[in-house]
Amino acid sequence: MSTSSHSNTTTAPETSEPASKLLFNGADWDFDTLKNTYDAIEDIALNELKLDVYANQVEVITSEQMLDAYSSIGMPLMYHHWSFGKRFVRDDVMYRKGYQGLAYEIVINSNPCISYVMEENTIVMQALVMAHAAFGHNHFFKNNYLFKQWTDADGILDYLQFAKRYIAKCEDRYGFDAVERVLDAAHALMEQGVNRYSHPEKPNLAVELERERERAKYEDETYNDLWRTLPQTDTDDQDIDEIQRKMRIEERRAQFGLPEENLLYFLEKNAPAMQLWEREILRIVRNIGQYFYPQKQTKVMNEGCACYVHYSIMNSLYDKGLVSEGAMMEFIDSHSRVVFQAEFDDQRYSGFNPYALGFAMMQDIHRMCVDPTDEDRKWFPDIAGNNEPVETLKDAWANYRDESFILQFLSPKVMRDMRMFMIDDQSASPHLEVAAIHDDNGYRRVRRSLARMHDVSVREPDMQIVDVDIRGNRQLYVQHTEHEGIRLEKAEAEMTLGYIGQLWGYGVTLQAIDYKTGEILHETNYTPDDLSAA
Amino acid sequence: MLYIVDRRKNPTGKSLGNRQRFMRRAKAQIKKAVEESIRTRGITDINNGDQVIIPGKTLKEPGFHHARRGGNRDYVLPGNKKFVQGDRVARPNEDGGGAGGSKASPDGDGEDEFQFTLTRDEFLDIFFEDLELPDLLKKSLKQTTAFRNARAGFSVQGTPANLSLVRTMRNSLARRIGLRRPKTDEIRDLEDQITALQEKADKRPSGKLTKPDDEKLHALLADLENAKRRMKSIPFIDPIDTRYNQFQQIPDPNTQAVMFCLMDVSGSMSEQMKELGKRFFMLLHLFLHRRYEHVDVVFIRHTSRASEVDEETFFYSRETGGTIVSTALEEMKKVLKDRYPTDQWNIYAAQASDGDNYSNDGAKCTALLAEDLLPKCQYYAYIEITDEREAEIFAAAEGETALWKSYAPLAAVNPRFSLKRVTKAADIFPVFRELFAKNRAEAKT
Repeated sequence: MSTSSHSNTTTAPETSEPASKLLFNGADWDFDTLKNTYDAIEDIALNELKLDVYANQVEVITSEQMLDAYSSIGMPLMYHHWSFGKRFVRDDVMYRKGYQGLAYEIVINSNPCISYVMEENTIVMQALVMAHAAFGHNHFFKNNYLFKQWTDADGILDYLQFAKRYIAKCEDRYGFDAVERVLDAAHALMEQGVNRYSHPEKPNLAVELERERERAKYEDETYNDLWRTLPQTDTDDQDIDEIQRKMRIEERRAQFGLPEENLLYFLEKNAPAMQLWEREILRIVRNIGQYFYPQKQTKVMNEGCACYVHYSIMNSLYDKGLVSEGAMMEFIDSHSRVVFQAEFDDQRYSGFNPYALGFAMMQDIHRMCVDPTDEDRKWFPDIAGNNEPVETLKDAWANYRDESFILQFLSPKVMRDMRMFMIDDQSASPHLEVAAIHDDNGYRRVRRSLARMHDVSVREPDMQIVDVDIRGNRQLYVQHTEHEGIRLEKAEAEMTLGYIGQLWGYGVTLQAIDYKTGEILHETNYTPDDLSAA
Repeated sequence: MLYIVDRRKNPTGKSLGNRQRFMRRAKAQIKKAVEESIRTRGITDINNGDQVIIPGKTLKEPGFHHARRGGNRDYVLPGNKKFVQGDRVARPNEDGGGAGGSKASPDGDGEDEFQFTLTRDEFLDIFFEDLELPDLLKKSLKQTTAFRNARAGFSVQGTPANLSLVRTMRNSLARRIGLRRPKTDEIRDLEDQITALQEKADKRPSGKLTKPDDEKLHALLADLENAKRRMKSIPFIDPIDTRYNQFQQIPDPNTQAVMFCLMDVSGSMSEQMKELGKRFFMLLHLFLHRRYEHVDVVFIRHTSRASEVDEETFFYSRETGGTIVSTALEEMKKVLKDRYPTDQWNIYAAQASDGDNYSNDGAKCTALLAEDLLPKCQYYAYIEITDEREAEIFAAAEGETALWKSYAPLAAVNPRFSLKRVTKAADIFPVFRELFAKNRAEAKT
């Protein structure tokens, strides 16, 4: 971790009577200490860092409850599904065997912002957790443009409550198996259940309930009349020319809003054989996927922001003489474990640690603002030496996501410190090539490559529904645009295609096309018979 | 603004529903894993939960993801030590591990095998699934149900022994008050007044009362006669007053069982064979334990003599001598008679032996079993343990041991009695299942 302290906003610690000012002593805590510590942290967060946060709700839970929350993707309420049970039993084993500790906290993007802290934590850890979650993450949730656009902190808990009840009701009425089949399929398509470009309306409980009622009421109208007609042969197609044929295809696509990147949305609206409640479940899964979409795109920034905030606050507390040196040692121990980055040849390496990368970059921006080098002035003329580190960071937190943040702010110093290098992997070559390293020639390429690694739209395959054969056998065409010959994981793709077929009810074709030429590279077909046999 | 909420008191186990759904999903695999673990594991810790490993395939949550390999791509790694631009590096091993390890560790690969812990109840549920007390035995189980008397209010009929004094007297008092039956005190009071007046008359020279007194005396005499008549016609306790305690016979299902473990401990039984026997006994014990609230275990070992011993001695001490099986049966009969009346206990017996027996003893054993023991037992299982090598050698030969020969005809006619052969630990569970499988009765016919 960086050893530089940036307590520039506070005066030097008073050495005369530090003991009397200590917020706490030792490891134990009670609710009064917790409250006092929170107040001290809040004072720094609001008055020194000038953070803008939702009201905070800190909830004390046991380790068992933490495991519960873990398994239901960190939400306090969630519908039941076996995959959450699977996560629970796995985490349970890992935790009991000591392979894996529990997170110190879970924070929920809601208003008020809920942070769970574990009762086992020492008071130092509680202070760290409150600074990290209740102010760091909280500020990020409230101010980042993605969260503002895509999620509704006020309504999420209500919505989850609705989702949980609705799915429980479906289980009662239609049986576990039927609901499980739909949820399995929907979960498989969760990543493709997101509107990437047009941001959706925020789910609102009252509106949702109303809409669900209306959906039932207007069943006939939402039911596409086309599906009622029997499939007809294309006899008349022979008489029309190529141009007209193409126009028909275009017409058809326009009618269904194709191409459609949100697979779940398309199926929810257009799958011919689906029951209303099944459509509603797809919608629930889609909304939850959408809610988490910003978090996926801002892991590095979100954690970096929270780490920067807790690090600043803890140092400030120490500088004011509010915490002891012993407490500071404990904090530094935990902190450095959190922001540890294993090197690529280390057994522990499992990709970039978003905490480490985020924290290093935030600290580096702070450094550039207050103590720039010539290199910094050359690379970042806008911010170098502006002496407004917190304002600069807050601007970054509000207006960037991981990909653009790295592209904009990753400095040569951080690349050197983390000794980053870029590998070029050409499938035709028997070797991997080191394409660039942390030197003058390589900074820009390394940075671009790292930014792309954090771009969700690059990381996740580009899937679209492109056509429906409404006049023939109702075949659905799903397209994967292949970039640089990177194919889909075959076995998984086939299973997922099966799920699409199950929801669609008719045959599905998965086509891979080249992103440059648009030519169809290969095709996988699924017919309902395959599906029922599988 | 801060709210601190203490959630520690909230009910835990929010994930229970998820866990149940998970168990349902993975049921087939879990079951297989449980059976596998029974085979390989010491039977003594069966009673705890168990860690099972199941293949992750059915638990896969697929999605559209990029393949890990193939295509042209670039990525950034931290921790460069010696590379410069243009260096070539050997492609790391396809299996992932490999030298250099320059590839991100595969996240999803952990799903190939899935390991988790079953609770004791979950484990035992799966373990004993499909096992049932055979239908026939259940019927006899019902017949042997004992009854106990439980109070069931009051009735107007009954035996004098059940008379409820309190209720009866309460009714009687109410009736007496209602019908104005004179009390004994009132009658005595009248009599006293009459006596006083008569004494008064005796004292007077005329021997007669004054006129008003005389009238009074007559009135009193009339009252007394009236009271006496009322008293006579209104009984102190009328049949309509009587109430009797009522009792009902409540069936009291037998919730206790006794399990007899009989084993030959003579020299011919090796430690290994005893271990196999033990495994069977433990399984039976566990099984009975799930059915009955209370299970007693009686250990009887025998050579040429039999004695009841404690568990430790039963399994671990050795005796020398010949083999007379009937001594053990006699001992069991004795213990049954002394301590375990059939109307209160469900009786199960398991006998393990290598099949040796004193040549003239067979008939006696059969007789004991047929006449004394089997009618009392719910189930009697005989496990013949043979050495693995011996089993191969003698498989083709006549094969049957002395004891088997004498038991076999009995087992053919008596459904409560069955015989099985076991040669290795892996046989124990299948044999056990076979004995108690749900459709055993049907399979036999």
